[in-house]
Amino acid sequence: MKLVVATSPHIHSKNSTSSIMRDVLIALTPTLIASCVLFGLKALLVTAVCVASCVLFEWGFEKINKMPVTIGDLSAAVTGMLLAFNLPVSIPLWQAVFGCLVAIVAVKMLFGGIGKNFANPAITARIVMLLAFAGSMTHWTYADAVSGATPLAIVKAGDLASLPSIGSMLLGTHAGCLGETCIVTLLLGFAYLLVRRVISWHTPVVFMATVFLFTLVLGRQPVYQLLSGSLILGSVFMATDYSTTPSTNWGRVIFGFGCGLLTVLIRVWGSYSEGVSFAILFMNILTPYISRWTRTEPFGGVKA
Amino acid sequence: MNRKLHGVCVPHRKNTASLAAVRLPAPPVVTIPMSMHIGAPARPVVQAGDEVKVGQLIAEAGGFVSSPIYASVSGKVKKLGELLGSNGRSMQTVVIESDGRMTPKEDLAAPKLDSLQDFLDAVRASGAVGLGGAGFPTAVKLTVKDPSQIKAVIVNGAECEPYITSDTRTMLDRADDMMDGARLVQKFLGVERIIFAIENNKPQCIAKFRGLVKAEHGMEVQALRSSYPQGAEKVLIYHTTGGVVPEGKLPIDAGAIVLNCTTLALIGQYCRSGMPLVEKCITVDGSAVREPKNVIVPIGERMQDVFEACGGFSEEPGKVLYGGPMMGISVPDLEQPILKNTNAILAFSKKDAVLPEPTACIKCGRCIAHCPLRLMPAEIESAYTLGRMDLLEELKVNLCMECGCCSYGCPAHRPLVQTNKLAKAQLAAWQKLKKEQAEKEGAK
Repeated sequence: MKLVVATSPHIHSKNSTSSIMRDVLIALTPTLIASCVLFGLKALLVTAVCVASCVLFEWGFEKINKMPVTIGDLSAAVTGMLLAFNLPVSIPLWQAVFGCLVAIVAVKMLFGGIGKNFANPAITARIVMLLAFAGSMTHWTYADAVSGATPLAIVKAGDLASLPSIGSMLLGTHAGCLGETCIVTLLLGFAYLLVRRVISWHTPVVFMATVFLFTLVLGRQPVYQLLSGSLILGSVFMATDYSTTPSTNWGRVIFGFGCGLLTVLIRVWGSYSEGVSFAILFMNILTPYISRWTRTEPFGGVKA
Repeated sequence: MNRKLHGVCVPHRKNTASLAAVRLPAPPVVTIPMSMHIGAPARPVVQAGDEVKVGQLIAEAGGFVSSPIYASVSGKVKKLGELLGSNGRSMQTVVIESDGRMTPKEDLAAPKLDSLQDFLDAVRASGAVGLGGAGFPTAVKLTVKDPSQIKAVIVNGAECEPYITSDTRTMLDRADDMMDGARLVQKFLGVERIIFAIENNKPQCIAKFRGLVKAEHGMEVQALRSSYPQGAEKVLIYHTTGGVVPEGKLPIDAGAIVLNCTTLALIGQYCRSGMPLVEKCITVDGSAVREPKNVIVPIGERMQDVFEACGGFSEEPGKVLYGGPMMGISVPDLEQPILKNTNAILAFSKKDAVLPEPTACIKCGRCIAHCPLRLMPAEIESAYTLGRMDLLEELKVNLCMECGCCSYGCPAHRPLVQTNKLAKAQLAAWQKLKKEQAEKEGAK
């Protein structure tokens, strides 16, 4: 009889990286359905192309470099889906594929793959695309294919009379990126991730609260600031990315606060109408420092 | 009340909780190691050929931090041998061939208890060590410079490891022994507060002791949340009294002494009848065991014999453990004997014997969120990989009690607690070297 001798523990929870990523994909699904309803089947096509190219780029990179293939952990699929959600539905597909190349190869794999990248791949790719394809990345269409302004652009222009109603804001029946407008389904995903304990509430809640309170103080339509742009999408799904954000609760609070502050600064005083992506990327860079400031205090530990 | 320390929700799998322990017939032979406790090995006082009876001294304590050992069967000493223990070290053993009669030693009598010293001597003579698994000699634990320091004695009935129900059975079947032990501890150590700490997945035990303590003064029952590692000493003290054991100090520095419930029952039993520690109630379970049950076996019985008494294996086991699956020790073969501090032996099928392969850390922070002592296992792992001893010192890996919550919950299946164990050893060696160098410098 041959017995395995190993050090404890001898059992393991059912958690795995792929089960976590699967939960994120599940949490994003209601919003994907909503985006198809709001923007037509083109939304599904853009998402499918992004997911497929992200997975393919990761697989290809690993094959070429003779590394173990990790597409089974589903993180590339999550990146693809998130990037798609941050694009206008009218984006040319080749540009979307280019964005995936940036996200997976430049931002993720070149830094060592899952867990090693310091910047959020989808966010960074979106920013690169915003600079590279400024026209198509800010060409908004909604339903009748008439190009329209996003609520944030309307707020920025001060043309408050033409703002969509709150109900329309919640349902997402207005111009915007394909996965950012339907607040109801995004919050549904948020609830799912909380229940499944995939993310903690700290970053999203602090992020949203900071934006709301700061714009309230500034008198800049706090409700619209909260419900428009990619604030909900970004705070729930991007600012909670494990690798690029702090892993302690206090760190997450600071991260969320910093994101909120920067978002408002950019929205109110910057030349862009939206600042969520820039805010998250900036805080990604600060993450190692935040982590160092917010180390846990060991129980019973005595200071040396 | 203070905020609770973290932990993980492990599956309970208390399959054998309702099965009263069955006493197994005498095995043909027992192999009793001289190192079944922390401290100096016991020194044999018998030789090959000696006739022994149950409860007869076969080895005396080898020092202050040590414990005497008694014959667990009646029969003839076959030899003084050697056994490679599960810790990889060779230990001396006394092998006794049983005559099958289990004749107890005739002159066993309750010890005379007139003073604290009498009581401590009795605890020492009972062969008591931490029966929950730690194996620390109980008499040493109870020897406190100033007994008024003891604000509370906590009776550990948490039994937070999956599968194990032997403490449950002690609480249900030997409550009288436990209450005797508790009264003695209360009387001789002058303890004002005795807390029976039991996880709330054992309502029958909680109800039983709630009833028993009604008639007593200064005894209470605390029902604790079922969360691993509730029964860990530091966690238990904090959750029952709010006391924090400082780094490098003992529970007594937080005003508490923790005694496992079976240890307490042994003290009660010895002081009433004079019968020392010769047998253990253990849980036999796991996916490869045909008939999981609780059994009472003489110390030194081979695992093989115990498993056979439980219907043998339903399939070939791939891993066999002393203790529970979270902190248990895996054994290389079934020749290993039942020890004083064995509370369960588990056999797992080949499928359950191997854990999933590790993948890259995704920095999810679950290890930090799960750690009862608020350490940062992922950071410790990277500091260890980098060989950064200064960082390991800063991260206080030395506090790690090796409960395994971090590894259990890690979605990337990283060997976190395993790395902590290595890091602890390396840090201790580094600190020793640093101290020696500093002393050398000072001497110059």
